[in-house]
Amino acid sequence: MEQLKTIGRELAMGSQGGFGQSKEFLDLVKSIGEARSKAEEDRIVLSEIETLKRRIVEPDIPRRKMKEYIIRLVYVEMLGHDASFGYIHAVKMTHNDNLLLKRTGYLAVTLFLNEDHDLIILIVNTIQKDLKSDNYLIVCAALNVVCKLINEETIPAVLPQVVELLGHSKEAVRKKAIMALHRFYQKSPSSVSHLVSNFRKRLCDNDPGVMGATLCPLFDLITIDVNSYKDLVVSFVSILKQIAERRLPKSYDYHQMPAPFIQIKLLKILALLGSGDKQASEHMYTVVGDIFRKCDSSSNIGNAVLYECISCVSAIYPNAKLLEAAADVIARFLKSDSHNLKYMGIDALGRLIKLSPEVAEQHQLAVIDCLEDPDDTLKRKTFELLYKMTKSSNVEVIVDRMIDYMININDNHYKTEIASRCVELAEQFAPSNHWFIQTMNRVFEHAGDLVKSKVAHNLMRLIAEGFGRRMILQIVESYLRIIGEPKLPSLFLQVICWVLGEYGTADGKFSASYVTGKLCDVADAYSNDEIVKSYAVTALMKLFVFEIAAGRKVDILPECQSLIEELSASHSTDLQQRVYELQAIIGLDAHAVECILPSDASCEDIEIDKNLSFLNDYVQQSLEKGAQPYIPESERSGMLDISNFRSQDQHEASTHGLREVQQAATVPSSSDTGSSEVKLRLDGVQKKWGRPTYSSSAASTSNSSSQNTVYEVTPVDGSSNVNSKAREASYDLKKTQVEISPEKQKLAASLFGGTSKSERRASSTGHKVPKGSSHVLKSTAGSTTDVLVEKTTPVQPPPDLLDLGEPTIKDGPSSVDPFKQLEELLDPTQLGSSANPGIVGSTSAPDIMQLYSDKPASGQSGGFMYPSSSNRSDDNLVSGLANATTDSAHNITAAAHPSQFSKGPNLKDSLEKDALVRQMGVTHQVKIPTYLKIC
Amino acid sequence: MLLSCRWFSIEYWYLDSKPTENMIHFVLLISRQGKVRLTKWYSPYSQKERTKVIRELSGVILSRGPKLCNFVEWRGYKVVYKRYASLYFCMCIDQDDNELEVLEIIHHYVEILDRYFGSVCELDLIFNFHKAYYILDELLIAGELQESSKKTVARLIAAQDSLVESAKEQASSISNIIAQATK
Repeated sequence: MEQLKTIGRELAMGSQGGFGQSKEFLDLVKSIGEARSKAEEDRIVLSEIETLKRRIVEPDIPRRKMKEYIIRLVYVEMLGHDASFGYIHAVKMTHNDNLLLKRTGYLAVTLFLNEDHDLIILIVNTIQKDLKSDNYLIVCAALNVVCKLINEETIPAVLPQVVELLGHSKEAVRKKAIMALHRFYQKSPSSVSHLVSNFRKRLCDNDPGVMGATLCPLFDLITIDVNSYKDLVVSFVSILKQIAERRLPKSYDYHQMPAPFIQIKLLKILALLGSGDKQASEHMYTVVGDIFRKCDSSSNIGNAVLYECISCVSAIYPNAKLLEAAADVIARFLKSDSHNLKYMGIDALGRLIKLSPEVAEQHQLAVIDCLEDPDDTLKRKTFELLYKMTKSSNVEVIVDRMIDYMININDNHYKTEIASRCVELAEQFAPSNHWFIQTMNRVFEHAGDLVKSKVAHNLMRLIAEGFGRRMILQIVESYLRIIGEPKLPSLFLQVICWVLGEYGTADGKFSASYVTGKLCDVADAYSNDEIVKSYAVTALMKLFVFEIAAGRKVDILPECQSLIEELSASHSTDLQQRVYELQAIIGLDAHAVECILPSDASCEDIEIDKNLSFLNDYVQQSLEKGAQPYIPESERSGMLDISNFRSQDQHEASTHGLREVQQAATVPSSSDTGSSEVKLRLDGVQKKWGRPTYSSSAASTSNSSSQNTVYEVTPVDGSSNVNSKAREASYDLKKTQVEISPEKQKLAASLFGGTSKSERRASSTGHKVPKGSSHVLKSTAGSTTDVLVEKTTPVQPPPDLLDLGEPTIKDGPSSVDPFKQLEELLDPTQLGSSANPGIVGSTSAPDIMQLYSDKPASGQSGGFMYPSSSNRSDDNLVSGLANATTDSAHNITAAAHPSQFSKGPNLKDSLEKDALVRQMGVTHQVKIPTYLKIC
Repeated sequence: MLLSCRWFSIEYWYLDSKPTENMIHFVLLISRQGKVRLTKWYSPYSQKERTKVIRELSGVILSRGPKLCNFVEWRGYKVVYKRYASLYFCMCIDQDDNELEVLEIIHHYVEILDRYFGSVCELDLIFNFHKAYYILDELLIAGELQESSKKTVARLIAAQDSLVESAKEQASSISNIIAQATK
């Protein structure tokens, strides 16, 4: 059947005779089309290449034949084979006077050559000639080539002619000339900087096509320098207005939309111009509002324009009405059945969320649906949204989700991205050090080869500076467990080795021989990873030193001894050096080693003399002895001498504290800097400790008491001395809670619940969080209640508060100034997705209230939580139903209701389950705070 | 040192090779069987990279179900694709571009092809891929949409065709004369 059709088409074409291809060519295309495998296709193409190679150099080829050969070359190249032997023939063809051949030649060269190809110089002359042609089609063809092939060096050769063509009588030529200038601007902005005014002039071109094309370069120019184009705001707005009013020729209509592509371009430009500029934005409000109204939301192009409107609205100075319109469109996108629209909705939500975070709350279920969608694209987009809305209240859920997803994908590019996002979020929002470490372990374990080494150094620093003994012991335990697993990423092993070296025996729980044995295993198992081996050797050295310092006898395991012997003959000078130092240090007495490698002092500052003035004597001596003077870095060629310099210096510096230098030396070899080795040698010490930004957050959690502060938010009972067991338990529980695949409701609550509340909490508690560890929760609860009380009537009985879900949220924005405008917006949309905000609001509100009031009376919770939670679910169900009824009364889209009803029982189930779990034991109370905190 | 930067040197070659920012980085037409029907590269890619891109993308796109998004996130870019009968039209754009718009640019192109060939089918494009290139050149230039009016594009292509036709007639008549003269 296929074949019949082919033959039919062929016959038809033969009768047309228009395309003038030979039988041979048609056969080629056909045989390629029928090839069953890639190998067969390749074979056909290769034999075709051979044929062409032979034929194309024959003398006196008829022009038509030649043209076909060139097209066949294009075909071969298109199929991914190399046709470079024929490039020169294509170039020759462009010189031909015959338009037919010239056009083919031009097409071929634009497809064959890149802008930096040597052959281009042979075309420039022809292009120059053709740009002057009387035939506008030839000029157009030449301009097409100009856009593709003219590079920085050849711009001056054609620039004057292109500029001249801006005034050509044919609009097609003017348009292409504009595009060519735009291209020049992209390639070398300086070459056309004096011509920028031409773009402004062409904006007023009579032809809409030329005007539309002019928007491309203007967009680029405005992206780079907004302020010089503020005067054009009015023009752009008026153009957009005219388009929206359908004053453009009908031929620009596309699916009943007036010039949508130009509209989109204009909206993009307006977004740039109006960003952070109230005055400019005010000009735009009317026209953007018009477009919102006029857009046909049933067509794809209409939605494309709507999406661009949302982008624009979220970029310019905020306007309540427009934000409302944008939120409406987003709601429609998210409720749509089309995955494309959902995707755009999620994306748009991500844009709008910066301005009005509570928009996300209305769509929490839709977002969670997207997160669980089988479509990977949609899922990733949703992760991007979650990433944008992460805060300390929901970071655990989001990062856990991200890591779960990360583990299951193979796409390294995306894995890297999501891993670095996890790390970033964990660093920024980590609710506790323990969680941070666990998260980092997971990220490293599954994507260790993909994250940057800086991240590892940060982690080491945090362990050294920010954790108490007990915590470190836990880390050591977890690392000793993990270390046995096969195929760990190199970076993770580096961290493990460092930590084990530093703290492996610190608590006396593990014997030195046990830890050194593990380290030797690592060095053995990853014998081709020099960095890991270096870390392992240094770790061994530290362990031995600590043993000596503690007055114990060092017994070196046989495998350790053989490792040392093996590495002392290593090809890597770095490794050798380390092993020699190890051997030297082992021989020293307890007092000496303690000076060299004091225990747990990795975060003590070392005075660094960057001028290396302490070396002056030594240098002077050496120079006098006839040594070579120092060669500045710029004049050096190889890296070899550098490492020599380095090892020399290392010995010198050892008087200062060999240990730190040791670490410093490790850093350059593991980081990817590669430049300025000499400097790194000492600066590395600081560099190792990562970004300065991090230090502040670590500092806040650096001592063990503040660590507790963060930590003991979890238990709820308010008893002031929470022992470590409870802490451990709390973690385990948290973990299991996540593993019990959280239901949508719960997820929604944990993802979105905190949005408005946390905002308020932050603002109200910011200045009065007490330092005392056990009071944190109380104060949070207290302040939240304060806020609640502020919002509602002063004497609000708890039962009323239970129903307060909606009002709380509705009132929320009004108290927060930036979102004031959104007040009206919230009402209609709130109804659409009322079930959840209701739960969220009421779950947290009553909890807090009750906790607050009950706390003084009962030291232990757990008992009272059950009734309150069951209450909660009932109440919510009722309110959910009530809302649904109001919905239908309001006649809002019917589609929303079934889903809400179906969520009802789910919600009840999950809440009941919660309640059950809580009822089961006192330890479970820790779960409540997690929930509460998230809410 | 080499070890730690290993990944980045391999994975980011696309970014390195892209000196300028154009909206569309490349256009691909792939058949349902993964055969290439048309490729147009607006950003520089070596032949090797091109093969790799096509292989990777056809693997990703052809395996996607019918009801999923028409977008694929790929190496920090987005690829917008749409299937027409047995042919997939794909365009690669930047992260922050408007996917729906690009989807419509694809459709715009297909409509113009349809008008030109008269209810276009894959075979038209197989045998006349150079025509498809000419049309694409009138629609997109240097990765930007240059003309959004179907009529204008059609008019320009028609003008070129007629000129080519007349030139061809001329050429053939001249070659006839020459052939006769040399006989």
